[in-house]
Amino acid sequence: MKSFFSETDIKSSWDHVFSAFWQRYPNPFSTHVLTEDVVYRSVTADRRLITRRLLTKTNRLPRWAERFFPANLSRSVYVLEDSVVDPGSKSLSTYTRNLNHATLMTVTERCVFRESAGHPSWTQLKREAWVTSSVFGFSRAIQEFGLARFKSNQLKAMKGLEYALANLHGDGQQWPLRASVREASEKAREAALAATERAKHLASAAAPQKPQQYV
Amino acid sequence: QELFLKMNSVGEGCTELKREYDQCFNRWFAEKFLKGDRSGDPCTEMFKKYQSCVQKAIKEKDIPIDGVEFMGPNKEKPGS
Repeated sequence: MKSFFSETDIKSSWDHVFSAFWQRYPNPFSTHVLTEDVVYRSVTADRRLITRRLLTKTNRLPRWAERFFPANLSRSVYVLEDSVVDPGSKSLSTYTRNLNHATLMTVTERCVFRESAGHPSWTQLKREAWVTSSVFGFSRAIQEFGLARFKSNQLKAMKGLEYALANLHGDGQQWPLRASVREASEKAREAALAATERAKHLASAAAPQKPQQYV
Repeated sequence: QELFLKMNSVGEGCTELKREYDQCFNRWFAEKFLKGDRSGDPCTEMFKKYQSCVQKAIKEKDIPIDGVEFMGPNKEKPGS
């Protein structure tokens, strides 16, 4: 199992962040998110909002994984995001995980957005994630890949949320959109490349040796 | 230009219903819910129409959302 933890401050107020949370798709960093649907929603007796959202995302496997797991190529990834908004405590908690391709790799994430204690006009975000794979012999390579992709997606997710905030409320810094998209894509590409190299190395170490072909 | 693009529903025929509902919800969420206003939710009819469409699509596509535990496995969190 690989895990990830981060804590960051979003320089927008909690109510702006919670509104933007529902409106962050589509954004320039979310081209891999294909559909978005609320599949359950209700307000509890104590005025908390409970929501379940279904997302479908493209299943972008690195080439070494495409070769070893061709059956997983065809279907997109279904992701379920559960959330609780508590305006009383100014907090938003989320729990997100993939529903399919789970044997190959399961990514689970918990987030808590909360009005920043030190800076009430900001919002603190604590994010935890776990990556596991049950595939015999490949799990380490897959977990490396999964964790690297999660980190890259996490960068995109923050950029996407900031983009939504900027568009909704004119919050945060004014940054030239194209430059930031390019910068974020570059960072994501670098991280993915580094992870691919690491994972490729692990995968070929795990794979059975192919007999030499003599033409 | 991105401001005018919206997400699609997983049910191809449900996208319009989804967008109408989302618009209603986003307004209610920011202007009423977050401010503690307990007046009625104006989006219930729109939500029903949207759900009827999307739940049908989910069944047709065999998307395994039934019985999935809300907020995941129960974690004992002291003082949370």
